Amino acid sequence: MTTFDYAPALESRSIVTIDSSYGHFINGVFVEGKNHFASINPSNEEVLSQISLAGSDDINRAVSAARVAYEATWSKMPGKERGKYLYRIARIMQERAREFAVLETLDNGKPIRESRDVDVPLAAAHFFYHAGWADKLDYVGVGHSPRPHGVAGQIIPWNFPLLMLAWKVAPALAAGNTVVLKPAESTSLTALLFAQVCQQAELPAGVVNIVTGDGSSGALLVNHPGVDKIAFTGSTEVGKAIARAIAPTKKKATLELGGKAANIVFDDAPIDETVEGIVNGIFFNQGHVCCAGSRLLLQENIAEQTIEALKVRMAKIRVGNPLDKNTDLGAINSSEQLGKIQSLSATGDQEGAQRWSPECVLPEKGYWFPPTIFTGVTQAHRIAREEIFGPVLSVLTFRTPAEAIEKANNTPYGLSAGIWSEKGSRILWAAQQLRAGVIWANTFNKFEPASPFGGYKESGWGREGGRHGLAAYLTSDENGDN
Amino acid sequence: MSDRLEVKKTYKLFIGGAFPRSESGRTYEVFGADGAFIANPSLASRKDLRDAVVSARGAQSGWASATAYNRGQILYRIAEMLEGRAEQFANEISSLDGVTHEEALKEVHSAIDQWVWYAGWSDKLSSIAGSTNPVSGPFYNFTIPEPMGVIGAIAPESKGLLGLVNAIAPIVVSGNTTIVLASTRSPLPAITFAEVLATSDLPHGVINILTGEKSELAPWFASHMDINGLDISGVTEPSAIADIKIAGADNLKRIHSFEASVTPQRILAFMEAKTIWHPIGI
Amino acid sequence: MERKNPCSIFSATVPSVGAICVYNDMVSIARTHLDSIGGSNIPVAAVSTAFPSGRASMAVKLQDTADAIAAGAGEIDMVIDRGAFLSGRYMEVFEEIQEIRALCGEKAHLKVILETGELVTYDSVRKASFLAMLAGADFIKTSTGKISPAATAPVVLVMLEAVRDFYTLTGTRIGVKPAGGIRNTKDAIKQLVLVNETAGPEWLTPKLFRIGASALLNDLLMQRMKMRDGYYASPTYVTID
Repeated sequence: MTTFDYAPALESRSIVTIDSSYGHFINGVFVEGKNHFASINPSNEEVLSQISLAGSDDINRAVSAARVAYEATWSKMPGKERGKYLYRIARIMQERAREFAVLETLDNGKPIRESRDVDVPLAAAHFFYHAGWADKLDYVGVGHSPRPHGVAGQIIPWNFPLLMLAWKVAPALAAGNTVVLKPAESTSLTALLFAQVCQQAELPAGVVNIVTGDGSSGALLVNHPGVDKIAFTGSTEVGKAIARAIAPTKKKATLELGGKAANIVFDDAPIDETVEGIVNGIFFNQGHVCCAGSRLLLQENIAEQTIEALKVRMAKIRVGNPLDKNTDLGAINSSEQLGKIQSLSATGDQEGAQRWSPECVLPEKGYWFPPTIFTGVTQAHRIAREEIFGPVLSVLTFRTPAEAIEKANNTPYGLSAGIWSEKGSRILWAAQQLRAGVIWANTFNKFEPASPFGGYKESGWGREGGRHGLAAYLTSDENGDN
Repeated sequence: MSDRLEVKKTYKLFIGGAFPRSESGRTYEVFGADGAFIANPSLASRKDLRDAVVSARGAQSGWASATAYNRGQILYRIAEMLEGRAEQFANEISSLDGVTHEEALKEVHSAIDQWVWYAGWSDKLSSIAGSTNPVSGPFYNFTIPEPMGVIGAIAPESKGLLGLVNAIAPIVVSGNTTIVLASTRSPLPAITFAEVLATSDLPHGVINILTGEKSELAPWFASHMDINGLDISGVTEPSAIADIKIAGADNLKRIHSFEASVTPQRILAFMEAKTIWHPIGI
Repeated sequence: MERKNPCSIFSATVPSVGAICVYNDMVSIARTHLDSIGGSNIPVAAVSTAFPSGRASMAVKLQDTADAIAAGAGEIDMVIDRGAFLSGRYMEVFEEIQEIRALCGEKAHLKVILETGELVTYDSVRKASFLAMLAGADFIKTSTGKISPAATAPVVLVMLEAVRDFYTLTGTRIGVKPAGGIRNTKDAIKQLVLVNETAGPEWLTPKLFRIGASALLNDLLMQRMKMRDGYYASPTYVTID
């Protein structure tokens, strides 16, 4: 009998056009930039384009454009009309969805299946959802006569470049703010393509401005006196630095930061469904997910069989070319991130946990890390406390429900958590006890524009999505000053 | 003038349901509007704050898991107890602040009415601040507001009773516990108010009251890693506010100050939204 | 009338079917015809035990089965008593399967049709799968083809997980047959991927996996035409019987 091999099923990249270099998108037009740096396809180290590094001149121009657009146009426009622009943007994103998906996969390294089926459709959905809010702000629930903050400075990460852009831009515009957005340095291309969408939608100049660059550009944006509101998704460390930077100012902030989510499996959980959930929880998007289920807490009496089933399932994970429609696990986004994953994983070995990965052949070029689990992990291990942000799962055990909760909550983070059980009362009890902003019961890593997302404790300030997320872009006389 | 000598009260702190003196042994002098000496309340230290945080943390999960109906009744009972002692508070306020008895009584009545107003919120918060979210898939998805944990408060200098109530009622109604630093200049109604709390069936540790110096204690509130949020409505100096926010960033404290006194936004500022997903299927 | 050249049907490049599945009264006709065209290695499967409803006395079900075996059926496709299963009389279902199993003996393979469209929940499908395997089924089959939904991918997934787990527990590999609802080549390939990924490549043999779907054949032929000719085929050029 011959083996049942799968032929490659490559998505064509002919649908995208990438310029050899890009400037910034300010006041409705692309402008020249300086100090270019390379944007690399992490799956094969191909240089895709040269990206500009925004300096203070660029940030000044972008913030001024946003301020003028806010004062002159956007804040004066009826919500109904603002909403129509957002609907237009949503529709154009849907029309050009495949183009966005292929570009995202090239730039980020994530499997085309995820960019095509998750990132891009959800991004469009965020605009469609928030479009409908634009003329209903009185019902958001922030108090009487809600009003926008003004100019929002938005800084987004590289793990879901377009989706994070949508999470930031859509509610900001719906509420009547104007935007200066800085994508992550390694993943600017879909944001720049989004700038074209703004042009096609005839969005008034200056309402959305996109400046590219690294952390230094982000810091200039955060510290710019013309910015009224900061929205940041990224590391807890940078989030704290932003909180300190804006402390002497009147700036408001939403921060979506790190996580070390517990994914708790009780002994009555259906094993196959649970294993799928564990795999989705930690290997979705190469584990580059702030809410990843990176700490698996297994009830001790089912730990062994669950780990065995998990290993069988992990051996089926297809690692490789992100443009292959069969690929489950794509490339690590950058060599820098790969280094972080490798060094934190090494501490797992040093601290006595047992590492296991299925046999898999990694491509020679590009940045790759195999799906990995560590067993024999305790709460004291660094791999149980620190965010690895890669396809690495730490497995711990517990004996009683109370112990599970105690371990789950024993972290400064509080972004998300998972519960696997067939018993409704136990699920609701655990959901109540867990100190985290998003609880997935018998599912994991689900995101929706209507569903608020955000963390407790050091996982951040505020929510994104739903009525709660929109509220962060509005204020009223009843609100406090932060 | 009666020939009976008045028995004066020793104003102490209120921590964990008890009335301890400051561990530091320190006190400071409080004078009336007319300049006359009134009392030597405790000058709380950072260690008193530390003890109060331990007490508040210990009480938090129990208070949060009390039913909303129960919390509402306890807050209402605080109003009842306060009402019965309105005259006492009015006397204390007018001697401290130099306002007329009538004005002082008005402040007390406002404070009472605020407790009643906030008491009524306990079992309505989830209805207005929660939601079921229509997601595109077979999931039941809902968001509920939950108390944030241990919240510190620095009460305004003016209106020693009403300012204190403004701060703490919205914090505790949702299930948070609190440590409040009373007005430095008018701390006495705060401690007398602790006597009201002690007779209101409020679990020990839910509200802890310190008296002392803002400049001394605010940095310790700001830097304490087991405090989740701060109401700094009582801090007005911009550089002090900035310092508090910078120190508070170490554990990403939610730090707010408010102008409006009676709004559900004050409650919601110290709550977290928790969103829960569950598949729908057979 | 011969529409297709028997040589091409049994040629090396055209795989043959796993079995010809017919009603009881057609068993001997099918057997005789297959033998006459060189298909003696292809078994005839009979749908028995008061197919498709299963609503008859045990005596009738046994006689039905005995008739089919006597007529040359090499495989028996029995239906479970869904009424008994859904009302919780699991032992009745179990014993019926056992009795038919005993009657089949060495002469016929036993496929047990769960009729998953009537069991409705995945929990029931898994439970019925185990009941059938423990009672001696060689194969578990989704459907009679008379009820919709039939062989949906999630149901087949649950059954594949069941045979995989049964193998882990006992060392015995039980076959799986989705039937009904698989109408085109793409659906069939999806089923094969499910098998490969869930039960494993060992199941990718007619002994352990079959697709029951008369409707599939013509689409498969059209896909072969496309591969051979390079342009798309039309149903006009494939026969419907």
